[in-house]
Amino acid sequence: MSADNAVEAHGLVKQFGDVKALNGIDLVVPRGQVVGLLGPNGSGKTTTVRILATLLKATSGTAKVAGFDVAKQADDVRRSIGLTGQYAAVDEFLTGRENLRMFGGLYHLDAKYVQSRSDELLEKFDLTDAANRPAKTYSGGMRRRLDLAASLIAKPGILFLDEPTTGLDPRSRIGLWNVITELVAEGTTVLLTTQYLDEADQLADDIVVIDHGKVIAHGTSSNLKDQIGGDRLEITLQDESQASAAEAALAPLVSGEPTIDGHQYSAPIAGGSPVLIEAVRALDAHSIGVADIGLRRPTLDDVFLSLTGHGAEEDGQQGQQEDPEPVGRGRRGGRR
Amino acid sequence: MSAPVIQAKRPALGWTFHDAVIIARATIAASFRVPEALFFQLIQPVIFVLLFAYVFGGAIPIPGAEPGSDADASLYRQYLMPGIFGQTVAFAAASSTVGLAEAMQRGIIDRYRALPMSQPAVLLGNTMANALRQVLVLTVLSITGFIVGWRINDGILNAIYAYLLLLLFAYTVTWVGAFVGLSVPNTETANTAGLIWIFPLTFLSNAFVPITALPTWLQYFAAFNPISSLVQATRELFGNPTGAPTDFWTLNNPALYTVISCLVVIAIFAPLAVRKYRTATSK
Repeated sequence: MSADNAVEAHGLVKQFGDVKALNGIDLVVPRGQVVGLLGPNGSGKTTTVRILATLLKATSGTAKVAGFDVAKQADDVRRSIGLTGQYAAVDEFLTGRENLRMFGGLYHLDAKYVQSRSDELLEKFDLTDAANRPAKTYSGGMRRRLDLAASLIAKPGILFLDEPTTGLDPRSRIGLWNVITELVAEGTTVLLTTQYLDEADQLADDIVVIDHGKVIAHGTSSNLKDQIGGDRLEITLQDESQASAAEAALAPLVSGEPTIDGHQYSAPIAGGSPVLIEAVRALDAHSIGVADIGLRRPTLDDVFLSLTGHGAEEDGQQGQQEDPEPVGRGRRGGRR
Repeated sequence: MSAPVIQAKRPALGWTFHDAVIIARATIAASFRVPEALFFQLIQPVIFVLLFAYVFGGAIPIPGAEPGSDADASLYRQYLMPGIFGQTVAFAAASSTVGLAEAMQRGIIDRYRALPMSQPAVLLGNTMANALRQVLVLTVLSITGFIVGWRINDGILNAIYAYLLLLLFAYTVTWVGAFVGLSVPNTETANTAGLIWIFPLTFLSNAFVPITALPTWLQYFAAFNPISSLVQATRELFGNPTGAPTDFWTLNNPALYTVISCLVVIAIFAPLAVRKYRTATSK
């Protein structure tokens, strides 16, 4: 194990009866980085995090977190991590402050420290006004923030976030993203699971795509996008009848077959933004009216489709152990 | 950046107790913040008292009084109350079952298990809280009993022993309840699984009818049922009527047999529950 890696897993296999939830996962999270574990429901993301957080024992394979073996040094691992699961796992009858005090106590922290740290976290997560209300009365976003605050009470160097924004409205999601970004800026290492492609794109330095319990791709967001091809030129024409004129005018500029669908023209290009300028000139020279024109990098959604043959939101595998879909999960990532 | 993390120091067993108290406190606080749930938990045994005292009261003959007479009805209430006490503390198991099944489903157990805390403490705290809650239940029940004519006839010290025995029993069954709660797949199942084994156990006992009124083969089951010995012991300690004497050792040494059964049940179910807990994850 390199001292620079917060998490290192080799060949993790997890068998639940007849179902192989993990089929040999290798994973490295360098210290101070955010790695996104991206995959559809039932692909094995949560199982991986549970093994790393000492909640489940792997059938085979090894994993070290903060330099400690997850199977043999579980208590040391637990002292080094914070875990925020798919649910806001706070005591809903206790107030926000009481929850933080309880978890601080269970981390065996000094009471005075817990008090000042709680104030600090409540302030940071914008929960000071709600601190003395039972968590039951919180909105979904507030509960997630309280949940996250609870996992930060002992200032863990490594944070596992298992689908942290699942089921949240867009505003709360962005709020939580900002909080996570701040933590990372302060030096926290984060392993994040998500099925939202835009979330991985937004937060992660490095993305590991898993499906059917296996790693199927790995790299930065732009690496992965490059794997399925470069930019595309996309044009919306004012007049459908000019489509073939546009095709002819742009033929020297594009690098592959265009697809034309009514007003929509789309073609791969090789040269980047200079091509866009030339395209505008060429269309203008032929008096072709344009409603909209732009370059589009492929989204992770496209990446997922080309890697797995199915979209990110479709259930990849039957009979899996992961949770049923909570309401509000159906939103497609990477499209906004 | 803010102050550094300060770790408190304590021996390992001290932490188990410390963590258990934190969990117990949270569990008790939670029950007081859902007054409706607490109300129904208290009202149920009260309804049992009123039902048995006034509906069945005259129909179940107690040796020592003319059947059907006023004296008989009043004697039955004296006889009944320890039965209700026994039944009520047995039902404490169900709160444990439902509470843990809910905590598991909500992912709280996952979170506890990922903390560097003492692992048995969650169950210790939970069972402690559920047994302590019975103090309140027994208080309300005793007042209700007093109103319908039940009395403590054998001194305050014996009465305290009786209450302590009831609490030990409550604590014992919450371990069984905890094991059931960690074994069921969801809270819906917990609601039924939590109660299903308690009903036959409380009714196949001397809680409501004298054991001699049962068919012979059932008498054996009832005599070895710890609820019977618990109820017998509390009847004796409160100085309430005990029904006709029997030849069963368990009922002639009821307090001893009750304590032994409780210790045996805890010795079996506490390790089973802790083992279940260590491998449990939210489904």
